[in-house]
Amino acid sequence: MTEIVFFINQVIISGLVLGCIYALGAIGITLIFGILRFAHFAHSELMTGGAFIAFLLASAFTAWGIATPIPTGFVVLPIAMVLTAILALGIDKGFYAPLRKRGAKPVTLLIASIGVTLMVQGLIRLFFGTGTYSFFENEPKAIFRIDTSVIGSTRALVITEPQVLMIVVTLVSVVALHLFLTRSRLGKAMRAMADNADLAQVSGINTALVVRVTWVIAGALACMAGTMLALDVTLKPDLAFNIILPIFAAAIVGGLGQAYGAIAGGLLIGFAETLAVFNWTMLLRPLNAVLPDWLQLPPSLALVPTEYKLTVAFLILVVTLLVRPTGIFKGASS
Amino acid sequence: MIQRSLALFGGLFVLILVVGWVMGLPFTSSRLVEAAAYALIALGLNIQWGYGGLFNFGIMGFLMVGGAAVTFISYPVNPAFWAAEGPALLGRALLAFVGGAILVLAARQSHRIGIQGKARTVLTVLAWFAAYILYRSQLDPAAAYIESAAGGGWVGGLGGHPVLGWLFGGVLAAGIAYIIGKICLGLRTDYLAIATIGISEILRALIKNMDWLTRGTLTVSPIVWPTPMPQDLQAGGMGIDEALLLARGGFLLLAIIVLAIVMWLISRAYSGPWGRMMRAIRDNHVAASSMGKNVTARQLEIFVFGSVLMGIGGAMLVSFVQIFDPSSYQPINHTFLVWVMVIVGGAGNNWGALFGAVLIWLIWVISEPLSRAVFEVVSLWSGQIGLGAIPDIAVRSAQMRVFVLGLVITIALRFAPRGLIPEVVKREN
Repeated sequence: MTEIVFFINQVIISGLVLGCIYALGAIGITLIFGILRFAHFAHSELMTGGAFIAFLLASAFTAWGIATPIPTGFVVLPIAMVLTAILALGIDKGFYAPLRKRGAKPVTLLIASIGVTLMVQGLIRLFFGTGTYSFFENEPKAIFRIDTSVIGSTRALVITEPQVLMIVVTLVSVVALHLFLTRSRLGKAMRAMADNADLAQVSGINTALVVRVTWVIAGALACMAGTMLALDVTLKPDLAFNIILPIFAAAIVGGLGQAYGAIAGGLLIGFAETLAVFNWTMLLRPLNAVLPDWLQLPPSLALVPTEYKLTVAFLILVVTLLVRPTGIFKGASS
Repeated sequence: MIQRSLALFGGLFVLILVVGWVMGLPFTSSRLVEAAAYALIALGLNIQWGYGGLFNFGIMGFLMVGGAAVTFISYPVNPAFWAAEGPALLGRALLAFVGGAILVLAARQSHRIGIQGKARTVLTVLAWFAAYILYRSQLDPAAAYIESAAGGGWVGGLGGHPVLGWLFGGVLAAGIAYIIGKICLGLRTDYLAIATIGISEILRALIKNMDWLTRGTLTVSPIVWPTPMPQDLQAGGMGIDEALLLARGGFLLLAIIVLAIVMWLISRAYSGPWGRMMRAIRDNHVAASSMGKNVTARQLEIFVFGSVLMGIGGAMLVSFVQIFDPSSYQPINHTFLVWVMVIVGGAGNNWGALFGAVLIWLIWVISEPLSRAVFEVVSLWSGQIGLGAIPDIAVRSAQMRVFVLGLVITIALRFAPRGLIPEVVKREN
């Protein structure tokens, strides 16, 4: 049973955590693509920027002496999400809206979003340098070790407090998003506009409002994803820049423009990455006792070496684009 | 139009003189060589994006391929590797690769013997899996052996002339571009952008981690120059400063000759029937294909041509800085920078791309010392009025160039979306 607990620690939990972060980022990208029809590269900077906003708030809370039962990062998350949503609206107003008004092609908007990426990244590095920060400098990171000796395992099931909260928060926000998209008037307007922008406009939907709501949701979810990633590992200026491609892969695999597809895609990519680098010998070792001598398992039986972890996402992306370019759920095509 | 271009190039010349005067000649001469290499890369992107409308965001991958190629050709031979069993093991890995490729191809042709639909898909996936395992089972021990002391550490080079290495960089980049193009060119623009970024990241991961072939993060240096090195000139009895400038001047001359040849060739291609056809495909591929042009094949052609220039430019950069360090390659410095060059300069206009490359490269390299100077002035002032000095000025100013690059591209898109020297659209009246 030790092996199975090890498998849960190494694959199920870390895959789920990674998948949640990818999913939250991919929802924003997919919504922006659905409404505004361009690939928004600066999403990574919304994530990193949101994480830094949360970090500043958390530091301020600590400085004011406010102690909280759960990690401060989660307590300040709502405020940080609001601020990041405002930031996203500001970026749209300052950089994308003028281009859209001119009738620029989606490609121009894509390049503009790379410009925004560079600017925000430059500013973050200007103020925070290139070092790493931790949310847990002033408070302990609670780690739960669940004793599994009842089922005959010598290893404990390990999960940290931020990870538990992260999975819960992701679930809650996904359900909230689902209710918003299917029940509320505005959510229905959003889906209508994603389906056919012109038709939505002539049927009296306030498209400018829908665009603003899209940026608010995307910014808030990006902040959530960035902060949770920073809570799980560490906070650094290129925190999300390095994972923006797996997030894009998740959005495309799920079908660009499909919010539920983005969730499925995020979990798929997260699990694929962890499964690909998992050393299967660790799970299958008991088989060595039954297998004949010439068929003993080698000490390392990972599908790809650990240093190629990120390439797994790109490989899935490329294969998806070739085999089923619209993604698992049929995505927007133009 | 011509007047405007001349004025802009005149302004650029003045900028180069100012930079040379403020920063000194050794600094400026190096930056000019790099600018020439980047100009070559920007011309490559201009062919792909300006002529053909292809959205290549994998420039970094091609530059790395070019760099690895020139390292392989021009680095001295590693006798320890050739004396040991490494070559034989690599030969076996190559056989395994060929065997795997045959297996996959055979599975793809299985419909000829009556295996159809789902069964064929399953068979193809299985064949891929088997081929992968076959290849890994041979390559992994070979790589481990070569990386060990007995195997010589790494493959080493061939000891050839660096210019051969540049050419090989172009050829290798062309080969890889052909494969990428075959896979990706059917995709829509933004999908193509993401797919090419993904592939360039895969290339980076491979080159960075294949220590047996490229020495990975251990880096390879020194790589020889195609022109006389400063040390050679010093040995001939020249002063240190003179030798440095003359050697760099020689390299710059060679780079400019290559650039001039390329410029002449692609300008002729642009104004000829081939260039007109490419612009027709870019502007309206449906109309072009109804005129009987094979759009997919032509786009593949242009993708390969552009990548050749990127490979050569990448090789040139590596042989100039004399070190091949796979971990120094970043999407910002090697993909987005080139895009900014082409957009700011003017996509579709070769002189625009050339102008943009030199201008943006100068802005990129001087924004660090410039912002350091600005920070120091501000720091002095804020110290005087009691706000305290700015901490870590050196680190902070180094990060400013990313911000400046982003600022330049967003301003350019807003106010000069077609670039400073835009494409000239000829109309027959």
